[in-house]
Amino acid sequence: MQGVSLLELYVFVLAGFVGFFTITRVPSLLHTPLMSATNAISAISLVGSLVLAGADRGLPATVLGFVAVTSATINVVGGFIITDRMLKMFKRAGPAKGQQR
Amino acid sequence: MSPRTVFIEASYLAASILFILGLRSLTHPDRARRGMQLAALGMLVAIVGTLVNHEIVRYDWILGGLVVGAVIGYPLGVYVPMTAMPQRIAISHMFGAVAATLVGIAEFWSLGNGVRVGRATMAALGFEVLFGALTITGSFMAFGKLQELLPSRPVTFRGQNYLSIGMFGIAVALFVTLVADPAHPAAFYAMIALALVFGISLVLPIGGADMPVVISLLNSYAGLASAATGFAIANNVLIIAGALDGASGFILSIIMSRAMNRSFSNVLFGAFGSAPAASAKTAHGLAVHAITPEDAAIQLAYARNVIVVPGYGMAVAQAQHQVRELAALIEKNGGSVVYAIHPVAGRMPGHMNVLLAEADVPYDKLKEMDEINGEFKNADVALVIGANDVVNPAARSDKGSPIYGMPILNVDEAKQVIVMKRSMNPGFAGIENELFYRDNTAMLFGDAKASLSKLVHEIKQA
Repeated sequence: MQGVSLLELYVFVLAGFVGFFTITRVPSLLHTPLMSATNAISAISLVGSLVLAGADRGLPATVLGFVAVTSATINVVGGFIITDRMLKMFKRAGPAKGQQR
Repeated sequence: MSPRTVFIEASYLAASILFILGLRSLTHPDRARRGMQLAALGMLVAIVGTLVNHEIVRYDWILGGLVVGAVIGYPLGVYVPMTAMPQRIAISHMFGAVAATLVGIAEFWSLGNGVRVGRATMAALGFEVLFGALTITGSFMAFGKLQELLPSRPVTFRGQNYLSIGMFGIAVALFVTLVADPAHPAAFYAMIALALVFGISLVLPIGGADMPVVISLLNSYAGLASAATGFAIANNVLIIAGALDGASGFILSIIMSRAMNRSFSNVLFGAFGSAPAASAKTAHGLAVHAITPEDAAIQLAYARNVIVVPGYGMAVAQAQHQVRELAALIEKNGGSVVYAIHPVAGRMPGHMNVLLAEADVPYDKLKEMDEINGEFKNADVALVIGANDVVNPAARSDKGSPIYGMPILNVDEAKQVIVMKRSMNPGFAGIENELFYRDNTAMLFGDAKASLSKLVHEIKQA
């Protein structure tokens, strides 16, 4: 396990900027889906949990890894489904008015 | 780099790009769904990439976790009603934080209980478990309050702030000690325990109406915990996703706190729970004008311009479908109906938009505060459904009011205001609302859903 490199700090700061400039443009209309979307995306910590649950580092680490995989998977599965469910509901009035009910 | 490493890194890079594109798609409602499907694909790619990691020697626990997680997560995605969305989001912050914290603990433990942990890694692990642990309990408390397992009003006691700050100070001191010398398992676990208790004491004094800020803040903390995990295990996709989540929660907390006229430092230090000072005007000797559903129906039936102002009361009564039904009738009579959405109406950012979208209200009729505030003076009727503090004119005029300075919807400028409310109890902030006593305001008492159904019935009769 290597230490924290300066490069990772660069990645963090630049990703933070990308996030800032992208998300300030999200209209308040979609703030709830935004929240569930970022929550689902940050469940990428599943990636770390998977290695932990599958590596041979002793039973305690494996069990912690198992619980972490479970928690993260709940957010991946539930988070993307519920975000999609919400986004599906947002329709515009527009010319297609007759079809939407 | 071995081909395997290249494959893993490529999958992470692809996932990062898809995540950013997914978030970008959320800037427009028509593209958002497609974009988030791309982000989900990115997640799948990253998972597949991880599964070939050379460190993984057995798959039984992994498979077990994936299956159990999917079995719990699927119903949480498919069956949770839109009205329960705030608590659903709060609990999902908890799950994310649990994953990050446990990875941090296992990492520390498996490196000889800190003996083989480098200082820089220790710093990352420290942030990871600190943010993670306080988000676990904080989110759980928020969930409890929103689900009404716990009292949703602020729970306070003497010296609470000192206790919280003291605990936080000790946790930070332990953190510094650990970075200086990581081989102190007792300090590490004590730090986690303190952060867990701190999370409880952070959210306990916060009332329901302040929940939009708290949820956003916890959103940010959960993201930062994920990013710190990325630092600790040297994984860039975790750092990127965590930074995106952290930035998103951070921005939402700023927007929410601005919408409540609270300073940002006030939000960061979590001191926003303090009970409101009893400086508000009381309404002795003033009378409200109650209105019957029949009379309200007549006014609405002939109105040309109607602005609906939904609040938490609409969510509690689950009245969004009746609102839509009423709007359809007014539109059939030739009137126009738009919806004025205050940023902190409800219990989380965007709460009202989701509920109204669920009821098939087209999103171009949902207007933000700045967009609609100039329109109230042209409105024949402003229909306030279960909103209180966000329409209280005291925020503009009464310097003594706890909500003075908070941007509000200028409902009082409408020719006629009809307020639907269960009773004359003050709103969350515990202050009287002088709007209710104005000459052009009529109060329609009762459950919002029942009142709206009566209105619909009356207009159909007419």
